Amino acid sequence: MTVVAASGRVWQRNWLVYRRLWHRSLAFGFLQPVLFLTAMGIGIGALLTPASLEAFGGVEYIHWLGPGLLAAMAMQTATFESTYPIMNKIMWGRNYEAMLSTPVGIRSIVFGELGWTAFRIGSLAAVFLLVLTLFGIVRSPMALLAVPVAILVGVAFSACLIAFTATQKNDVGFSAIFRFVVNPLFLFSGTFFPLAQLPDAAQAVAWATPLFHGVELIRGSILDQLDPATAPIHAAYLLVMFGIGTWFAERNLTRRMAG
Amino acid sequence: MTSISQPAATPAPGALATAWTRIWRARRLVERNIMVYRHQWIIILSGVFEPIFYLIGIGLGLGGIVREVPLANGEVVAYTAYVAPALLATAAMNGAVFETIFNVFFKLNYAKTYEGVLATPMGITEIALGEMLWALMRAALYAIAMFVIMFFAGLILSPWGILMVPAALLVAASFAAAGLAGTSYLRTVNDFDVPMGLIVMPMFLFSGTFFPTTIYPDWIQVVLHATPLYHAISLIRGLSIGTVELAQLWDFVYLVAFFAICMWIAMRQMEKRLIK
Repeated sequence: MTVVAASGRVWQRNWLVYRRLWHRSLAFGFLQPVLFLTAMGIGIGALLTPASLEAFGGVEYIHWLGPGLLAAMAMQTATFESTYPIMNKIMWGRNYEAMLSTPVGIRSIVFGELGWTAFRIGSLAAVFLLVLTLFGIVRSPMALLAVPVAILVGVAFSACLIAFTATQKNDVGFSAIFRFVVNPLFLFSGTFFPLAQLPDAAQAVAWATPLFHGVELIRGSILDQLDPATAPIHAAYLLVMFGIGTWFAERNLTRRMAG
Repeated sequence: MTSISQPAATPAPGALATAWTRIWRARRLVERNIMVYRHQWIIILSGVFEPIFYLIGIGLGLGGIVREVPLANGEVVAYTAYVAPALLATAAMNGAVFETIFNVFFKLNYAKTYEGVLATPMGITEIALGEMLWALMRAALYAIAMFVIMFFAGLILSPWGILMVPAALLVAASFAAAGLAGTSYLRTVNDFDVPMGLIVMPMFLFSGTFFPTTIYPDWIQVVLHATPLYHAISLIRGLSIGTVELAQLWDFVYLVAFFAICMWIAMRQMEKRLIK
């Protein structure tokens, strides 16, 4: 069996489990952005004066916030899906052990799981984009680009998190990841407020973190204001992160399953 | 259970004494939880940082753009000072709810911890009280951490603010009781979406944490004002800003009643689940 075919089987296993849950997952995928946009978008938007909107490049707050939330959703979902469920397949349910006794190898497991993340984030991003369209935030067909970018954000985080999970002996480290990595990225990547509000040093740090690049690309495509000078840098950052993460995921999982 | 172990000659203890015996016995469950968490303290400690990150994000980020918020009495207050007490209230809620929903669910359905506990002199009341007290301790840690930070950041605008910590304990007890009551209705891990996604998250977003509920039409406000988090935030924010009025007394009464009702449901449900 080729790596591609074997990865397909790993993907298919996830699909068989998910088949019973997909309607609930997509319903929450629809509800969450609706709630966030009606609360934060309209609520905080109501506190802003026309002059203060300049901080958001002159767009309404809800228009500015919506695309940022899409990028954050991709990160959060990918991170969650690559911690507890992967840990379960490594040591609680031992699914990988069973898979490895078939022609499926470590590389196929990693590719299959990443393919699964891509599918999950892709479907959720499409639902999210629908919500943004209903709120009148989408401006041009360019917005469709947000779906592949969200997938890229998702697999980049997923690869790094699989690499991390493969090194963990229990789930204690996950709460540290959520509290000290995911949550600060969610708050400080230009999702809720422009980075220009932060001190210079903090802005430099934000530039070095991954979610910021996803937020910039997704906001650029949805508001139809992609900057051709910086967009390739953002995309390259995420691609490199995805590549490095995948390499470590395969290495760490190989060591883990051998040990 | 107590009556069996009591010698016949001893007069029946008063209701207050019985209640105290039960609370005192419930401490064993708290001790058990402390022992379990000894090697996982990072899970508890990391929760301290969540409201702090929000406070920094709001203070540095949005606070510089949304400068002030109008209050009901016509005064205005700095945005960071407006949001900080609400974050203290939600920190108390989150600490209590996470403990009583996720951990109690696990003990109830997978670890079967309580079946072991029931084989000792402890009964349902002690289990419910013990879990509630433990969740209260965890939430108190988060609330006190936020209180200290607010104090040093100069975000407590009134001497009434000193009452924020006991108020946060009442909030935590209410949500711990609500969490215990709710958990007994959950059947599988996928059901967590319902309390977290349909109740806790919407309350966090809409109950006046980040902006006044007055921006919504009246009928939506009526719904929002019926939620426990709205009263928790109204009470704690009133104390922090110093706008203590009749509304805060009503918040207090609401939370006490909410606590009592949820605790009653929690005990009844746990009895159903465990004794059948």
